[in-house]
Amino acid sequence: MANVTLRNVRKTYTGGFEAIKGVNVDVADGQFCVLVGPSGCGKSTLLRMVAGLETVTGGEIDIGGRVVNQIEPADRDIAMVFQNYALYPHMSVYNNMAYGLRNRGMAEAEIKTRVEEAARVLELSAMLERKPRQLSGGQRQRVAMGRAIVRQPKVFLFDEPLSNLDAKLRIAMRVEIRKLQRRLNTTSIYVTHDQLEAMTLADVLVVMNGGQVEQVGNPLAIYEKPATTFVASFIGAPPMNLMSTRPDEIKSQLGGAAGEAGIVGIRPEDFVITDQTPAGGVALPLTVEAIERVGAETFVYGSREQEDQRVAATPGELPPGEIIVRIPGTEAPAIGQKIRVAAVRQKLHLFSGDGRKRIEA
Amino acid sequence: MQKQAIFQSKLLPYALVAPQLAIVLIFFYWPALQAVIQSFLLQDAFGLSTSFVWFDNYIELFKDPAYFEAVVRTFFFSFAIAISSLSFALLLAVMADKPLRGSMLYRTLLIWPYAVAPPVVGVLWIFMLHPSLGVISRYLRAAGIDWNPLLDGNQAAGLIILAAAWKQISYNFLFFLAGLQAIPKSVFEAAAIDGARPMRRFWTVTFPLLSPTIFFLLVVNIVYAFFDTFGIIDTMTRGGPGTSTVTLVYKVYSDGLLGGNLGSSAAQSVVLMIMVIVLTGIQFRFVERKVTY
Repeated sequence: MANVTLRNVRKTYTGGFEAIKGVNVDVADGQFCVLVGPSGCGKSTLLRMVAGLETVTGGEIDIGGRVVNQIEPADRDIAMVFQNYALYPHMSVYNNMAYGLRNRGMAEAEIKTRVEEAARVLELSAMLERKPRQLSGGQRQRVAMGRAIVRQPKVFLFDEPLSNLDAKLRIAMRVEIRKLQRRLNTTSIYVTHDQLEAMTLADVLVVMNGGQVEQVGNPLAIYEKPATTFVASFIGAPPMNLMSTRPDEIKSQLGGAAGEAGIVGIRPEDFVITDQTPAGGVALPLTVEAIERVGAETFVYGSREQEDQRVAATPGELPPGEIIVRIPGTEAPAIGQKIRVAAVRQKLHLFSGDGRKRIEA
Repeated sequence: MQKQAIFQSKLLPYALVAPQLAIVLIFFYWPALQAVIQSFLLQDAFGLSTSFVWFDNYIELFKDPAYFEAVVRTFFFSFAIAISSLSFALLLAVMADKPLRGSMLYRTLLIWPYAVAPPVVGVLWIFMLHPSLGVISRYLRAAGIDWNPLLDGNQAAGLIILAAAWKQISYNFLFFLAGLQAIPKSVFEAAAIDGARPMRRFWTVTFPLLSPTIFFLLVVNIVYAFFDTFGIIDTMTRGGPGTSTVTLVYKVYSDGLLGGNLGSSAAQSVVLMIMVIVLTGIQFRFVERKVTY
């Protein structure tokens, strides 16, 4: 049981590349923290620094009140689940789980108890004598989990543990991991690039981009009030529609403090197709370009009359001028049809012109 | 997908494999057959008459204590060369596998000795360890060690093992390095987090995962020590002093070409041939079963 605190953590590689540019995160005891961001944002590097697999070139990593910068991975009292599971291919499932305990000189009887308990929880009891190559992807994943939990460490670290599984299994394992973590109540740090995984797992969500933290907080709070345009477009699928404001169009309708805003963001689900313009809200004329029906909901891709309205690309970007509207059910306008969509004032997200600051008005 | 090639003419496939077949037949089967025939013949001392003696050459051979000594010596040399070369190469490979500055240069330099021909290896080591010419010999004598491999059979044997093992390190190094790099880094990282110190990590993770490579190299090295050390022995000791560095291959050469006993020499080479076939058979069986862990 421990909290994990990162204080102004930096990583600069020899050669000058700055992978982590000063990260501050506080994970309280028993919390599930998810680091999310596009590939290359430094989230895995940061996790590996917590594990002790990468050196820290600046700042402090504190696990359970002890600065661990100079401490070997083995002595940090952490366990890690790797993306490729990193099971020992020559050892049986039992030995894979027992290895870490044997290295610490635990009595065989105690090891047996712990491994069998973990195997029972993870439904691996029938497979203890098998080698990793005789297991399916999901089973290997569970062995990797088992190897972590038998150690009863202070902190679990997960490095994209589900990305090698197929979609269905991924969802099932996601739920399993959350349940297991709740029950063991062990502080966990989990790295993923999948924003859905991040949203569903996290107590604390850390959105990273370019080696920096964009926003830290409760997932829903981040969803509702993204701090930057990067977070706005990264969290939520399909991404938030971002438009630069122009006096003649949107800005005049908003007024007040909102007048400073350079960018307006509207989530696809916050649009309604209507001929009316809500008071203080915005309305956009669109030409329907494409329709995606996924059953419970339908996505309408429309182009705006005026081009060049979109902000420069961030992850999950759409081509300039394109707006996504999410409507429930399967009723949708025809392709080529001209429609008008509107969003109420409360559903507008306003950002400064460079997208780095959220404006509340 | 059709994997089998279809030829219009029935002769074309034969024509295509003919060059390869010709090489194998002329340079392998024919001499091998000659050796087998020769091993059943006995020539008189002047080479004037030849008689068919059935298995006499073999019986003679197996009764000869000198031959038995050569067998024991060859096995001893082989294992000594294979084990010393393998362990040193593994040590170097483990060190070269770390992400060090200039590791490419280091690796390239380690691979070079493989390009040196065995007789040249012999000459090289003579320059260093010859009792009167050798650079190192002077220091050894200065340190009070009675170093003279030309007179001391054990020292000569040690010298051969040293030179032959040195030559093979590069080859082994290359395979070990490839083997190490085929193991996902995360497995080592997992072991580090699991609390295994470097030495324990090596013996419980690296070594077992390399075992297929180790086995393959062991066979290759034994075959090498059996046959390819001829050049080294011939340049360094010519089997001497006495017969203390005469291996089976060197005995074939010295009995046949120097001693003129072609019948016995042929019988010895047939025995050697059988040994190679057995060794290769073992190797194939295990290499086919790629994963042994």
